[in-house]
Amino acid sequence: MKADPAAILEHLRTALPGTTLALRTNPGPSAQHSILVERESLVAVLQHLRDAMGFDMLSNVTGVDWPDPVKADSVAVVGEGGQVSHNEGFLEVIYHLFSTENRVGPLVVRARTADRGDGAHIPSAVPIFRSAEFQEREIYDLFGIRFMGHPDLRRILMWDEFVDHPMRKDYIAPDDYEYEPTPHGAVVEKAKAHYPAADSQATFSRASD
Amino acid sequence: MAIDPHLADELKSQGVHVTSLEQLVNWGRSSSLWPLQFGLACCAIEMIAATMAKYDMARFGAEVFRPSPRQADLMLVAGTVTKKMAPQVVRLYNQMAEPKYVIAMGACAISGGPFKEGYNVLKGIDRFIPVDIVIPGCPPRPEALLEGLIQLREKISKEKLTGETRARHADPNGAASFPIPQYGPHDLTPVANPDIWKPMPLVRAEGGGE
Repeated sequence: MKADPAAILEHLRTALPGTTLALRTNPGPSAQHSILVERESLVAVLQHLRDAMGFDMLSNVTGVDWPDPVKADSVAVVGEGGQVSHNEGFLEVIYHLFSTENRVGPLVVRARTADRGDGAHIPSAVPIFRSAEFQEREIYDLFGIRFMGHPDLRRILMWDEFVDHPMRKDYIAPDDYEYEPTPHGAVVEKAKAHYPAADSQATFSRASD
Repeated sequence: MAIDPHLADELKSQGVHVTSLEQLVNWGRSSSLWPLQFGLACCAIEMIAATMAKYDMARFGAEVFRPSPRQADLMLVAGTVTKKMAPQVVRLYNQMAEPKYVIAMGACAISGGPFKEGYNVLKGIDRFIPVDIVIPGCPPRPEALLEGLIQLREKISKEKLTGETRARHADPNGAASFPIPQYGPHDLTPVANPDIWKPMPLVRAEGGGE
């Protein structure tokens, strides 16, 4: 059964007064609406969802990089509950919760960091859902979000000596271009920078050696 | 000393086998290739299928997958080599005993494949270790792997043990191990071994490429 985020949101409001919650409606055909939680109350909300509302399984945690906050809010239209204002970009963490008990899910919960700087942080969900441990490590590795209270926050996919976080939109990969038979778009520009031009009919050809 | 093939055939029909040491050694080597048992991605599934009853890699004497590099002759690089995994693959290759052969199976092991521009994908294992056979495909079917294996057997059966054109493992100056790349801040250092990875020189036609 599909979760009803609007009803759950109302329930959370009465059960947890003082938390800032907002409904994000998804205008797409999936209509998978989600609950946006202020990061200060994230742990309390997840705790309540698990203990009082039967959401006993955290199946997925993932991250999104939003360098442009306007874009973030245009993708998921503000339904009701007001706008969480951001001047600069931010990083978002998305949780997919299921209730095996009530056969409900997924319930999508989002939380955002204050900025995209090196200190971008969010409370860890590991004390409530142990399954978040590796996924939070992965998000830390690829997006650079620090999960406060995580028991073992290390890189998990990239090597320890790696700097930067490669899934951020402004990450620039090392310029190690290699020949491609049918370059197009940005790859053509890379190819032009890496291979000298010559008079030839073919787009690319082997140098006569 | 070369043997007259007609004479050899005639002797064979009389029950006398005539051969050279080189042929005998190469026949032995090509008929009992023991691959190193490891897989890196989806190509490994096809590799496993090739060893099972339907495709039966045992027909070629190559079904004995060894879990130790010390006992393996053939490294089947089956799958995407990530930059994090590459040093371990090179280390395993270095630990194998000579003579040793490498098959790069699938687009990823050859060039990085569909993940070529990925931040953690090595653009081909031939950047760090010498590859004998490349098998294109994504992933290649078990038949393609068997064809690659047959090609490798043919290559081994033509190997020279002496002279200028002898095989690398028969050459006292031939390299048996290759430098293991180090983890750098964004990429492996070096990104390729210039002694073995020599990409073909390319020139770009003026105004082309669109």
